Amino acid sequence: MFRAIVPWAALAALFLALPAAARTIHVEAGPNAQERLQAALIEAVPGDVVEIGAGRFDLTDGLSLDVDRVTVRGAGPAKTILSFKGQLGAGEGLLVTSDDVVLRSFAVEDSRGDGIKSKGADRIVYKDIRVEWTGGPKPTNGAYGVYPVESKFILIDGVTVIGASDAGIYVGQSEQIVVRNSVAQGNVAGIEIENSRHADVYGNTATHNTGGILVFDLPSLPVMGGGQVRVFGNSVIDNDTANFAPPGNIVASVRKGTGVLIMANDGVHVFGNTLSGNATSNIMVISYRQAFTDPRYNPYPRRIVISGNTHGRAGFAPQFPAGDQLAAAFGGSIPPILWDGTGGPELGLHVDDKVPVLSLNLALAAPVESAKPALATLSAPESPKPQPVVLPESMEAAAK
Amino acid sequence: MKALAAALLLLCTALIAKPATGVNDAAIAAEGYPAHLSDYRFFTDLEAATPAARVEPYTLNTPLFSDYAEKHRYLYVPQGTRARYDAENIFDFPVGTALIKTFGYRQNGRFRPLETRLLLHRAGGWVAIPYVWNAQGTDADLKRAGTRIPVTFTDPSGQSQSISYAVPNQNQCKDCHARAGAITPIGPLARQLNHDGLLQRLAAAGLLDRAPRDAPRLARWDDPKAPLESRARAYLEANCAHCHNPQGAASNSGLYLDWRQPSPGFLKRPVAAGRGSGARAFDIVPGDADASILIFRMESTDPGIAMPELGRATVHAEGVALLRKWIDTQPKGSAVR
Repeated sequence: MFRAIVPWAALAALFLALPAAARTIHVEAGPNAQERLQAALIEAVPGDVVEIGAGRFDLTDGLSLDVDRVTVRGAGPAKTILSFKGQLGAGEGLLVTSDDVVLRSFAVEDSRGDGIKSKGADRIVYKDIRVEWTGGPKPTNGAYGVYPVESKFILIDGVTVIGASDAGIYVGQSEQIVVRNSVAQGNVAGIEIENSRHADVYGNTATHNTGGILVFDLPSLPVMGGGQVRVFGNSVIDNDTANFAPPGNIVASVRKGTGVLIMANDGVHVFGNTLSGNATSNIMVISYRQAFTDPRYNPYPRRIVISGNTHGRAGFAPQFPAGDQLAAAFGGSIPPILWDGTGGPELGLHVDDKVPVLSLNLALAAPVESAKPALATLSAPESPKPQPVVLPESMEAAAK
Repeated sequence: MKALAAALLLLCTALIAKPATGVNDAAIAAEGYPAHLSDYRFFTDLEAATPAARVEPYTLNTPLFSDYAEKHRYLYVPQGTRARYDAENIFDFPVGTALIKTFGYRQNGRFRPLETRLLLHRAGGWVAIPYVWNAQGTDADLKRAGTRIPVTFTDPSGQSQSISYAVPNQNQCKDCHARAGAITPIGPLARQLNHDGLLQRLAAAGLLDRAPRDAPRLARWDDPKAPLESRARAYLEANCAHCHNPQGAASNSGLYLDWRQPSPGFLKRPVAAGRGSGARAFDIVPGDADASILIFRMESTDPGIAMPELGRATVHAEGVALLRKWIDTQPKGSAVR
């Protein structure tokens, strides 16, 4: 009798233990990687870790993950390489549509569309990830490197994106966002916060993009009213790549040599950054310059504070009509902060940096050709600083 | 321990198994995924596709284009239950319902199945799973991760095409079938099934509770007698709106192509199109198909550009021609959204 009971108890314990115990599913490089890796991502259950071995994985289709609380971990962004050079289908390299996912220590290369997209994926962590188009800046590269959208709580930490034909690190229609300690290089837009609220962008390097860090709102989207953004302690240097975005996209209008661009947003504070080598401007504050009909949309920058930034050389080859003449008139370079001059004191624009501000004195949506450039003082009362973004502890722990 | 496990397995099998006639309701309802299509017993003769009792074939007025594949659709509703008719939305299908869709091509005049996709209505909601047919065409095996199959077929223009046919993985099923995160059928709508007495047949077979005479009807996209507007809107509805709606996978694009939109995408700028914009400024430019991003993306097979994103290794020339004609005949400058 006793002998019969023991295995039953063991079995029962096994059954009880199974759902709770987190498993690690190993996937190694080699033949049939597509099916093996995708199968692991489908068969994972909440709590599991999908561990991708070192090596190159040649993939033919986009991968996707739709299970909550799964960690996908590689051997390092230089060691575990998911290559989509031979991709035949799907709009991105990896798509995540579940919550509490951690993506860590791997690279996505040469996806035909976006690199990694997460949609409606709350509390997602991107840590030590590299997304790269290896052939240099080309309009045939995918649009976004990392692309979280329609999500709440996003952490992008130690991520590198190179060569995106739209934005390297793009966060859209989301809230409670941290982008930190990351590198965006050789993209059209380095880091872009679009139609989003409550974002901290700090400790990043944006270099050799067309534009470094962009914060803006676009009309006619399900989520609008972006704002409450802090951009601080970043290096925004030598953004000198010619714009290679396919025309038709908003970033195709970004001028080469833009450091930080704030457009149609509310409550953006830019402070303590190091900016230099941006030929058009270190910091631009502008309104949305195209026609729109969306009555919910506010095209103006509002309650913007620029303070305590370190400005190196800027404005030495401004990329707009008659920019070179303007630079010459200012003795070789225009002031490092540029405002389109649309709107008045009611916008609450406040600049504390010890550098001059150039206004183009443009009417709303008027062509740049109608500019009447003049120095401006932006001294509206300083709007309250946005609260720091506080992420759930589980996210910070996952990024340790 | 080994013997014990075997005994347990036997016990489980005995609990689940039913007499091997009729559809295997337990396979539809239970957790997990049976290894073979035959396990469900949807067909009394699987090779000949002879449907079992309460498995009814159906077709749609305007289906999704899937690389010219031929699709055979069946609906199963369990004994003692009926789907509830809805004039506008997907019918209210009881738990235990299965939608069965086999994709394949004609080879030498004979239909050769490649894959069968199932939508099973379980207590926790719908699940979507793909099965891939074996080379002999005798059964199909579970393939949750999807696969690719080289295929050569003759398209309607008589041209031979060779493609890498994509069987979607389970997550990709959800890309099209999810509304606000939950899987749902797309096709079985009154307006899609309202043709040739189909609604009445489903009602007579006891699968549907009623078949009103005044049910709405979607145009057939390839019906030359239907108005151009209705055909084009039907095509957008069946091929685009499953993602391009406020609760679909393309919600963040702000481009909605369902039939409720008065002038869908007219003079709307792209948001996250990337090189999918094709250097064009608007999704649809009324009166100018060549300037419309929608046409550019329909005419491409590049995965970074092509729309729809899944199941399209070929260009649907006939569909493109229809939408070109529709866009070109819109008054210029109409309906800025």
